[in-house]
Amino acid sequence: MTSIDRRSLLAATAAIGALPLHRARAQAANTIKIGVLNDQSGLYRDVNGPGSVACVRQAIADFGAAAKGINVEVLVADHQNRPDVGVNIARQWIDRDAVDLILDVPTSSVALAVNQVVREKNKAYINSSGATSDLTGAACSPNTVHWTYDTYMLAKSTGGAMVRAGGDAWFFITADYAFGHALERDTAAFIRAAGGRVLGQVRTPFPGTTDFSSFLVQAQASRAKVIGLANAGGDTINSIKQAAEFGLTRRGVKLAALLMFISDVHALGLATAQGLVCTETFYWDLNDRTRAFTQRVLPSMPQGLRPGMAQAGCYSGTLHYLKAVADMGVAAARASGAETIARMKAMPTDDDAFGPGSIRADGRKLHPAYLLEVKAPGESRGPWDYFKLLQTTAADEAFRPVAEGGCPLVRS
Amino acid sequence: MDEIFGIPAPLLFGQLLLGLINGAFYAMLSLGLAVIFGLLNIINFTHGAQFMMGAFAAWMLLEWAGLGYWWALLLVPIIVGASGVIIERLMISRLYKLDHLYGLLLTFGIGLIIEGLFRNEFGSSGLPYRIPAELQGAWDLGFMFMPIYRGWVVVFALFACLATWLVIEKTRLGAYLRAATENAPLVQAFGVNVPRMITLTYGAGVALAALAGVLAAPIYSVNPQMGSNLIIVVFAVVVIGGMGSILGSVLTGFGLGIIEGLTKVFWPEASATVIFVIMAIVLLARPAGLFGRA
Repeated sequence: MTSIDRRSLLAATAAIGALPLHRARAQAANTIKIGVLNDQSGLYRDVNGPGSVACVRQAIADFGAAAKGINVEVLVADHQNRPDVGVNIARQWIDRDAVDLILDVPTSSVALAVNQVVREKNKAYINSSGATSDLTGAACSPNTVHWTYDTYMLAKSTGGAMVRAGGDAWFFITADYAFGHALERDTAAFIRAAGGRVLGQVRTPFPGTTDFSSFLVQAQASRAKVIGLANAGGDTINSIKQAAEFGLTRRGVKLAALLMFISDVHALGLATAQGLVCTETFYWDLNDRTRAFTQRVLPSMPQGLRPGMAQAGCYSGTLHYLKAVADMGVAAARASGAETIARMKAMPTDDDAFGPGSIRADGRKLHPAYLLEVKAPGESRGPWDYFKLLQTTAADEAFRPVAEGGCPLVRS
Repeated sequence: MDEIFGIPAPLLFGQLLLGLINGAFYAMLSLGLAVIFGLLNIINFTHGAQFMMGAFAAWMLLEWAGLGYWWALLLVPIIVGASGVIIERLMISRLYKLDHLYGLLLTFGIGLIIEGLFRNEFGSSGLPYRIPAELQGAWDLGFMFMPIYRGWVVVFALFACLATWLVIEKTRLGAYLRAATENAPLVQAFGVNVPRMITLTYGAGVALAALAGVLAAPIYSVNPQMGSNLIIVVFAVVVIGGMGSILGSVLTGFGLGIIEGLTKVFWPEASATVIFVIMAIVLLARPAGLFGRA
């Protein structure tokens, strides 16, 4: 029996490790690589996470990529809500793995950082879960489409509705990073424009704040009529839960959940969440098309979650991207991310999740926004029957006008 | 006297009280850690996951067995404590002869695995767990609106800490424990089964974490990452109090809860950092911690 010495074993192991890499580079001709970069393990996981990946795969299946001769590979990574981690993964994906499209990217601080990288490398970027309206404002890029929602749209729809209902004195509980700041800034602008006042705000450390009672008591002491929650995911859940515990809502203080997803409502339970108003651009039970989409993707959703708007945005974004790729050819799409995005802007969008829509020059995807109210437990007729529709804002009114955004692409 | 440092006095009192409540969680968790470190010399990084398991076990008892909060308070520490005993017997006990670092790495790994398993099963948004009917409602203290449940948490945590302290300092069993901490071979020579005592101590430390988890379930969202959010702070508490010091960890837990609460008023952005600043200062001035023996 021949003995294998350690050195040759190590060399063999290294060679095996290198194999898939060589293969990956060799097969690139008709292959498009999509990297889904989001939160797979933290407080935003249920909002995007594996659910977004399931929606991307559904889009590839619905598009029939294989039948059209396009091979689509999906990579997934967890950016842990940290810009440094997100940027590193994005660079590795583009430099080493030849990824063509980076998708999803929640957490505005990470979303903005990845935006830079993708532009510098001339790849394509569809942001679905990120919220900051700066992605189509000061930070807009020819390589980027901001798909699902943004802080301006949320502020206008939810914030505007609360002010119209008489909530003219606000206090903000704001997650202390790019997203919270943008959401607070955009909402405050609407409040002031409508003649309301902002009495104060408190910036909560992100991530890692679990107890909001102290901030809620400060908010109450300000005698505000509305407490604006400029946070998301687990932070919003804890804020709402603890506001109920401290009896704020029973004393007539209104909570404005400026960004709330259906998974948040599910976690809170209708008994706690009932009556809250929020804005979504997708709700699974909106019409026949959204229900059909939901039925298709549901078997592959984690923990039986119904898709929320951020995840549906990944479906819709992937589908439209693949249409553009098929239209211009894989080689051309791979050669320039900016060209691909330009082609996407030139084509009208249409899919089951968002219906017909379009993409503006500054990278803003346009579709209607829905103001929804959480049902009381008695009104809910089945599992995940959580929202009733209060008001629909048309696509051309839901988002910030191009001129106000200050996007350099449009000015030039 | 309406205002103290520009903050209305009532608001300040409210924040002190809220700090005390958070301090109760810090105290209970750091107490378990201190007990485990004192006897096992293991830095139990699974503690956060075990706190989370406590909250989930309470939820499971309610959803799957129909047993409410009060049963959970009794049963969960036993169930999760037993899981701790199994982990100690199967894995941790093999590392006592090695450096602290190995125990730290092992327990950290176990914690990550447990968290991952719960995340795969339950997602990250969390599960609703309601405050028990007997403890719903709130007192109006004049300066603030105080939920009865939070008052209960402080009282119960104080009671649990006091009971643990009494057992360790005033009973024969506690005397054995302390003796074994000093010189295990000698205590074993007197016929005390030291390995079993160590196993049960680990179980008890884990049971304390689980108990804190049950207390936390109605306040925080019951989610897989609830422990990891808290555990880093709790480790800082233990380091500040002095590793292995029982009374030190309890006092420091409550004290730092209050300091953190005040920071949330004066400089909210720094409230996640203040404890670590204190930790750095304490380590520079007194490396063994405030109550530790050098």
